[in-house]
Amino acid sequence: MSINYGSKRLVVGAHYGLRDWLVQRATAVIMALFTIVLVVQCLTPGEMSYLKWGAIFAHQWMKVLTFVTIASILWHAWVGVRDVLMDYVKQLAPRLVLQVAAIVWLVGCAGWALQVLWRI
Amino acid sequence: MADAKAIKKRPGQMRLIDATQYRLPPAGWVSILHRISGLVLIILMPFVIWMFDTSVTDEVSFDQFRNAFIGGLGFVPAFIVKLAALALIWSFLQHFCAGVRHLYMDFTHTVDKEFGRVSALVAIGVAAALTLVFAYKLFIGY
Repeated sequence: MSINYGSKRLVVGAHYGLRDWLVQRATAVIMALFTIVLVVQCLTPGEMSYLKWGAIFAHQWMKVLTFVTIASILWHAWVGVRDVLMDYVKQLAPRLVLQVAAIVWLVGCAGWALQVLWRI
Repeated sequence: MADAKAIKKRPGQMRLIDATQYRLPPAGWVSILHRISGLVLIILMPFVIWMFDTSVTDEVSFDQFRNAFIGGLGFVPAFIVKLAALALIWSFLQHFCAGVRHLYMDFTHTVDKEFGRVSALVAIGVAAALTLVFAYKLFIGY
């Protein structure tokens, strides 16, 4: 097991970043599944109304799936933003400020979305 | 030291503005569009949650949600609301199509140049075509 902390930590080499790469794929699959499930339910016969739309999210399993999807978006977006910032913002100070701003933005959005989801 | 002289001067650190100087292949376009659409989705996230909130809370708020696309939202005219929705739709579709392409390549280990080119064009084309369908529904058919 390589040391991942302190002055002797491993900062280069194989597998460095593998977890983020894998998380990006796993969360993408979850979000794609959610999309398909939602679209299929929307396309069932009957005109779109509040009753139909609300009923989709009334099921407990749909709430759980939506919850997992919100968590996936949060994590997926963070890995993506971090990649983009590492590529284009080379100076430490602006990069740190933008990273913190991204975390605040994403966590805030996730909190709001969960609040909406729980009260349905 | 003739060899050392023959080595070209290194270009140095790439800046974001340099990316506009390149003529990108289709796969390169998908790559940069993936980043742009991802950022748009993050920036428009409050709009998505607002739509989720109003559409799902109760019948009164559902009507408010519908009205935003007809009578506008506060001081924002309906046209701008629709435009924001369309930006959201394109970004989502582009990110979705390019993402599926990514996953497909990862799962099947498809790494050849021709597939990369063709699938990139398909991803951009499918996203653009579906965006046009939604644009029609939003601006003309609704």
